[in-house]
Amino acid sequence: MSSKCLIKKNSYYDSVTLMIITKEVEAVAGVENAVVVMGTEHNKELLDNVGLLNEETTAASPNDLIIAVKMKNDNIFEQIVQKVDELLNKKKTEAGEDYCPPTLDSAVKFMPDSNLVIISLPGQYAAAEAKKALLKDKHVLLFSDNVSIEQEKELKELAVERGLLMMGPDCGTACINNVPLAFANAVKSGCIAVVGASGTGTQEIMVQIDKFNGGISQAIGTGGRDLKAEIGGLMMIQAIKALAQDENTKVIVLVSKPPALEVAEKVLKVLKETGKKAVVDFIGGDEQLVLKYGFLPAATLEEAAYKAVQLCSKTYEEVLNSTAPDFTDSIELVDNMAKAEAQKLKPNQKYLRGLYSGGTLCDEALKLFTKEIGEIYSNIPLEPEYKLPENTTGYKNCAIDLGDDEYTVGRPHPMIDSYARQQMILKQAEDQEMAVLLMDIVLGYGSNDDPAGSLFNEIKRAKSEFEARGQYLCVVAGICGTENDPQDYAEQVRKLKEAGVIVMSSNAQAVRFAIKVLKEVAACQR
Amino acid sequence: MSKVNELFRQDLKVINMGLKSFSQDLKKQNTEVLQVDWRPPAGGNPRMIELLNRLKNKK
Repeated sequence: MSSKCLIKKNSYYDSVTLMIITKEVEAVAGVENAVVVMGTEHNKELLDNVGLLNEETTAASPNDLIIAVKMKNDNIFEQIVQKVDELLNKKKTEAGEDYCPPTLDSAVKFMPDSNLVIISLPGQYAAAEAKKALLKDKHVLLFSDNVSIEQEKELKELAVERGLLMMGPDCGTACINNVPLAFANAVKSGCIAVVGASGTGTQEIMVQIDKFNGGISQAIGTGGRDLKAEIGGLMMIQAIKALAQDENTKVIVLVSKPPALEVAEKVLKVLKETGKKAVVDFIGGDEQLVLKYGFLPAATLEEAAYKAVQLCSKTYEEVLNSTAPDFTDSIELVDNMAKAEAQKLKPNQKYLRGLYSGGTLCDEALKLFTKEIGEIYSNIPLEPEYKLPENTTGYKNCAIDLGDDEYTVGRPHPMIDSYARQQMILKQAEDQEMAVLLMDIVLGYGSNDDPAGSLFNEIKRAKSEFEARGQYLCVVAGICGTENDPQDYAEQVRKLKEAGVIVMSSNAQAVRFAIKVLKEVAACQR
Repeated sequence: MSKVNELFRQDLKVINMGLKSFSQDLKKQNTEVLQVDWRPPAGGNPRMIELLNRLKNKK
């Protein structure tokens, strides 16, 4: 085995581009390990972990591109460098020939009437650029993570002082004036505004509103820490105040993990002052608190969407006790499908394995499962005692958020790149006790061009492995997407069905179906 | 009218710093977008960045 590296001075590329190129290089025959990265300290740690840090790579700066490869024979290195060049050139061509100014200052001079700056730079540089944008009176969507909570507070205080939106840090989803931003779905225009501290939570609510024939006026992301005591809901409050004055918004939906109590009260008070109808989904939080302020709580993201659409034409009293149907299809049909799946399973198959790309969707699965069946393990468990044991890919009933940091080091998020989930499906398939494999398929801008297609072979292989053992594997997927999303919704469903997947139109429905199958299995064994 | 409400009435005009795919998605939707060809300031040297920031703050 030999190692070689090449440093390209002053050649900056974004991390997602380089991660995708790394994957292509790793697929070259004879390559053991490949790392194509910028020379940041964090990336040098990655290089060190795989034994590719040497004097040359140590000396590289964050502005230098490193191509480092461990391979069987170093005569393929030249071919690899050529491949990297080709891929980088292809990316440049795809980006077009438009003028790209080198700094925010020059960009603002070139486009003085710009009104929004989207920032997805490495975390250590992101806050400084966001501050510059706010000082130039531009609204900001800060997608980057690794921004400290102190910096977040400073940025949001500045935004409030100047009357601007400061969405993020770690804001993955927004839809302003019906333009989906970052990871967001193409939804109908309408009178419901969503303010979300959760990316996939906001996406699922937007998608379900669209399915219930409602529409979105605005979707404003705040970043996941906005309702923590340190930030005090600065951006959620800023957004609510603006929506109060927005004549296109009749109903407001708030979605967040359970906030600090004092922050929740502050936010709900401001929401009350708007005089608008609202659904508040503090996922798994205190429903009584929401009811106390006269708003509607929701048990699932789908239910939040359902109630919001109902509120567009009905009163609180009329909607209060209504719940979204458990399934889009008739309950008889779903029961029969669940029975048919359960009958194909063997007696030793009893466990659920969830492989998620969306964190909030995984969290929703954990909550629904705990309520209906009981203990479920996860890397993002509801209680610390259900933390997935280290170095295990599956343990009893479990659901894994593959977008969590431990699974994304050096790789793009699983909503962009299915590699981690492909590997995990194959590993899970070795476990004879698995009964149901549950997944989310997130469509929309920002996501993988063909998520169903990218998992097709692995799902088929997993199913054949079970078949070869005389068993059966039930695979269930919830689609978070609309017919107007760029991936072609119908084609995604067709591919999943062709792979033998039961497809549900929401995450809650997919989880409920998985639970039904497991309950059937348990009933058969009694 | 607040600046956020003004934004709600305008066409979006976006400056994108970072992932180029975000620019491409916006172009597909016919939203005006300008991509910044960003690089780490001062060659990414943290000490140099700090010095530059100090100089700027003194201005």
